[in-house]
Parts: sequence; structure tokens; C-alpha cells
Amino acid sequence: MSVFQLLNGMTFAALLFIVASGFTLIFGLLRIVNLAHGALYLLGGYIGLAVAQATGIYLLSGLAAMGGIALAGLVLDQTLLRWVKGYELRQVLLTLGVALVINDLTLVIWGGDTFSVPVPPELQGAASILGVTYPKFRLFVLAVGVATFLALWLMLNKTRLGALIRAGVDDAEMVEASGINIQRVFLLTFMLGAALAGLGGWLGGAFLTLYPSADSEILVFSMAVVIIGGRGSLVGAAVGSVLIGMLNTFGQVWFPELAYFVIFGPMAVLLAFRPLGLFGRAA
Amino acid sequence: MINRRKLLKSTASISAVAASTVSFPAILRAQAAPIKIGLMAPLTGVLAAGGKELVEGFELWWERNGREIAGRKIEITVEDDASNPDTALQKARRLVEQTNVHFLVGNIVANTGLAVANYVKGNGVPYFIPVIAADDLTQRNRIPNVLRIAGYTGSQMTRPLADWSLKNGYKKVATVSQDYAYGHEMCGGFAQTFTEGGGQIVQQFWHPLNTADFSPYLGQLQGLGVDAIFGMETGADASRFLQQYANFGLKGKIPLISAMNVADQSVIRTLGDEPMDVVSCAMFCEGAQDEATKTFVGEYEKRYQKLPSVFGTTHFSGAMWLTQAITKIGGKVEDREALLKAVREVELKGSPLGPIVKLDPYGHPVYNVFIRKVAKREDGKKWNVPIATYPDVGQFWKYDPETYMKQPSYSRTFQGIKS
Repeated sequence: MSVFQLLNGMTFAALLFIVASGFTLIFGLLRIVNLAHGALYLLGGYIGLAVAQATGIYLLSGLAAMGGIALAGLVLDQTLLRWVKGYELRQVLLTLGVALVINDLTLVIWGGDTFSVPVPPELQGAASILGVTYPKFRLFVLAVGVATFLALWLMLNKTRLGALIRAGVDDAEMVEASGINIQRVFLLTFMLGAALAGLGGWLGGAFLTLYPSADSEILVFSMAVVIIGGRGSLVGAAVGSVLIGMLNTFGQVWFPELAYFVIFGPMAVLLAFRPLGLFGRAA
Repeated sequence: MINRRKLLKSTASISAVAASTVSFPAILRAQAAPIKIGLMAPLTGVLAAGGKELVEGFELWWERNGREIAGRKIEITVEDDASNPDTALQKARRLVEQTNVHFLVGNIVANTGLAVANYVKGNGVPYFIPVIAADDLTQRNRIPNVLRIAGYTGSQMTRPLADWSLKNGYKKVATVSQDYAYGHEMCGGFAQTFTEGGGQIVQQFWHPLNTADFSPYLGQLQGLGVDAIFGMETGADASRFLQQYANFGLKGKIPLISAMNVADQSVIRTLGDEPMDVVSCAMFCEGAQDEATKTFVGEYEKRYQKLPSVFGTTHFSGAMWLTQAITKIGGKVEDREALLKAVREVELKGSPLGPIVKLDPYGHPVYNVFIRKVAKREDGKKWNVPIATYPDVGQFWKYDPETYMKQPSYSRTFQGIKS
């Protein structure tokens, strides 16, 4: 197991974590399987691309991607999802429809060519780390992934909002009964989850490039992460991401013919024995 | 006043007219009725960009040269195959059975092309495939009414590249490719010719379509000590491969030679300097300086504000090809045999595919092939410029067709490698 391949796995895992943490937050608290999460990721990437091209300021493009997608989340929640609260099948179908619409809209606006979010010169090229030469941008993604985990962990465990979210995951009705406006917590969580999709899209836009159907590919990966990690669990999402990232990397190295099976095979086995995932709890 | 007898008479005459349009030979009613062409392209899904350019290239020809041949209007119906064989089959059926097109053109993804080919095999509708590259459609499983006008096959394109690589001094090459038929054929053509010429294929990597992360492969490729790496990627995989090849520092250290798709305009136009100097092989080179190419590239760029990709170029040339054939038979496209014969006999001159293109007896084109390299035009746009030309390259290279077709089709396990 070389350091090089280890870094490959970890950097990919970091990107997966950023996307999947948003997915698991929404899934865990709101009980919405948000199939539009991948589309929000893609849209975030395109917004980042547009802002980076227009202004040339990298950091700004990232903030725009997060802010823009949080806003998209707000609109999605307030205009569409509020009408289907509590109907899981309708939510799934609705978000799938939204995903298709967003995907087609991006195709109309940006065309089908493959784009890459431009990266500032400081993050281009390679750096020497642990004795290997490694692309700086991927190390940057790893750093952002770790920072996101820490920030989310602190938020969930040390703040009032975090406590409300955790309580909501366990029993939303009880939270509401104790005088908390759970709807506002729901909305904030949804926007936060969407913003994470935007952040992922912005990073992924340079890491994996942007093109039609990139949304469903990342969605499949993040669903795998959440299923392995367990619904609504942040630590689960982190462990799931690392597992998937490593399986993806070492699967490709050791069993290149079985690259997909290596990821989804273990997932199926895990589900057979732990239907709720590694860190999932029964609702 | 209309009595019963009159009514009967008039209905009889109406049905007589109706019958006559059906039963009269095609020649008599050919004057007014339009020539209906069914054009299929993936307009949604992964290959939407390529599909759009396919339609653009096809349309550009008719825009420039008028939509009428031998007094008959050309009517083009475009359908989206969604890169999905089921959809392609449905749309082909609709075009043939409801729109009543005279022949079908198009598609990009091999499995969509195979689905349509299988359908027209039964009903004899002519089907022309400027992009569908599956070797066996004009080899072991050829269908008389499926002709690859202005098209190419995977293995055809990589053989001259292998020959060039040997002459360029490459002895050891590793290949990395998408794991599906087109990739197997591209790599197979290269591996067979390269090893027969004394070269060595050190290792072959096959990865699934839509591989997000190439770093595991790049890490291994780095340590193999090869003279060059052959890459076979399409679409987004190609963009990512080129980017990561550069990011991981392989660019500039190990030369990259590739399938034409890696260096196609549809991929390189949105990238930075990553694709520079990549060598590939194709029957078309947008930076070639001959008049036909310059005119076509100029018109395409003016019309669509971008340089043409393989999809647009082949379909522009395909439309040119069809025009010549239809003109020759006086617009009588109802006679399928005559149409197919005329298409087979076309000697295409003045197209962006080079001085002269014609079909071999198996329905596959023979033309000059370029070894090309990605360079920058004066205005900074990247394009492919020719660095060598191989004249009259066909799908069988230097082999005898019948002997060649006795060897198995290329697959992951059969790459024609001579040890």
C-alpha cells in the first residue's frame, strides 16, 4: 500500500465526504431522500465555474457556489417540498424530477462540453509530501474535507442548532412539542446540506470536471457512502467516504476489471448484515 | 344535389387516386414528394455535446448547398437517441414506420448503432453511419444496407499510429483504455500492429466508463518505464484523463499517444494546456492546410463559433456523400438497391476527409489518415495539426481481408498481441 495510492484514496474520500455529509444531514433529519442532491452538486459546480470565469477570484467562486446552492435549496424546500412533507414516495419522485430538470437546464445553459473550474496558480502543479510528488489541488480538497468534518462535528456537538438537529434526528415531534420551531431547523438543515452540495460541486468541478450526468455519478457514490455509514450520522459519512474512497482506489489498482463491483459488492454484503449501516440507528 | 350514384362514383374516384399513389411506380410520384431523412443523435445524456455537433455538421452541409436534389425537397427529421439502445431502436422504428423516412443516418454510441443496424437488417432500410465505429459492422457481421460513409473503425485508426510510434523509436508502450468494445478495438489495432512491428506492450489497463479518478492508474503507469503511453478515452473521461495526466506530472515526462477521441475538439476546446503535444491519428485534422479543410473549418467556425469535432466533420462529409449519390440516381431514393449502389460508388472529392474517399467492397471508407498533434493556432485556440500522412488506409491495413476476418474480433482477452 503505497503512500501515493493512500493519498489518492483519501483525497477522493474527502470530496465524497463533503457531498455525502450534506446528503446524510438532509436524509437523517428531514427523512428526505433528496435525489436532487447530485443535481445541486452539478449546479454548484457550474455556478462556481461561471463566477470564476467572470471575476477570476477563486475564493469568491466557492462562496458563490455555496451561497447559490443554499438559495436553490431554500427555493426547492419552500416552493416544492413543503407540499409533499411526510410522503416519502412523493418526495423521492419530486426530487428525481427536480434533478432531471436541473440537469437539462445546465445542458441548455452550458452545453454538453466538459468543463473544469479554473484553479488559481498556487493550487496548480505538484508538491512534495511524505516522499511523493502529489498534485496540490488534491491536497487542498483533502484539507477542505477535513475542515468540513471538524466544522460540522463542532456545529452538531457544541452548538444549540446542532443539539436541535440531533434531537430532531431522534424524534422530531418531541422537539416540536417542547416549543421549538422545528420547521425552521428543517429549513436551515436543508440549506446547509444544499450548500455542502454546492461546495462539493465547486471542488469536484476541478477534481472530476463538470458535464451532463456528472450529477448521477456523484449521487450514486454519496448514496453508497450514506448507506454504509448509516442515515444521518456524520461519523458514519466520514467512515463511509474513507471506505468508498479506498475501495475505489485500491479496487482499481488490484482488480481493475472489477472496479465497480469492488465498491458496490461490499455495500451489498454490509446491508445484508447491518441494514441500517455502520453507525445507523433505528428511527 | 348529390344522389347515391354520384356519391359512389366520387368515392370510387377518390379511392382510385389513393390507389394510384400507392401502386404507381416510384418514378411517377417522385417529382413532388420530399426526400425524407431520419437523423438520429444523442441530444440528451452523456454524449449530448457530440450529438449536437453531429446535427450541426449535417445541417451545415444543407444550409450551404440547398435543401433540394433533383427537384425534390430534403426533409430532415431529427430524433434524440439519448445514448440508449432501447431509445435508439424506438426512434428508428418511429422514423421508418410513422415518419416514413427513406433512410436513416447518425447515432454515436456503438450500442445504439448496433440496435438500429439490427432493426434495419430485417427490413432493408438503408442506414448510414458516419460515427458508429464497431469493427464488425463492416467486417464479420456486415449488413448490405448498412454503409459506413465518411466513418471509421477503432482498429483502423490506431494501426498507422502504431507504425508511426515504431518509426518514432518507441519500443515499450502501456495502454490505458475504457473497458468496452470501442476501447478494445482501438487498443487491439494498436497492440497488434505495434507488436508485429517488434514493439512491446508492457501492460494494458482497462477501467469502467465514467471513471471519476484516474490517479490509481496514473500511479502505476508512472513506474512502468515505458517510452510512451497509449490512451483511449472518450468524452468526460478524456478530459479528466488529460487533466490528471498533467497534474500528476506525467505530461512532459512520458509522451502521450492516443485515440482520436482524446484529442478531439469536443474534448480539448474547454481544457487549458493539458492536451498540448498529444499525438493521435484520424482521417480528419482541423489544422490541415488543404483548401477543403480550410473552407469547412472556416464555415463551421463562423456558423457555430467553435472548431469542428469529429462528429460534425463526419456528418458534414456524410451529407456531401449522400448528396452525390442521390443526385446520381435522379432523386429516386425509393429504389433502395439503386440508392445503396450509388452510395457505394461515390468517390468523394473535396471533403474535409481528404483528396479522395471511397468505400471498400465491405462498405467501409478508404482514405488518407493523419498522424496529428495538438498545437496552438495564432489566436491561442488549440487544434490538431498534421505531422505525418498515411495514404489510402482502409479497415484491413496491410492484411488480406478474408484472412484477417478469420482472427477473432478484438476483446479484452484478444488484442492480437504477437509475443
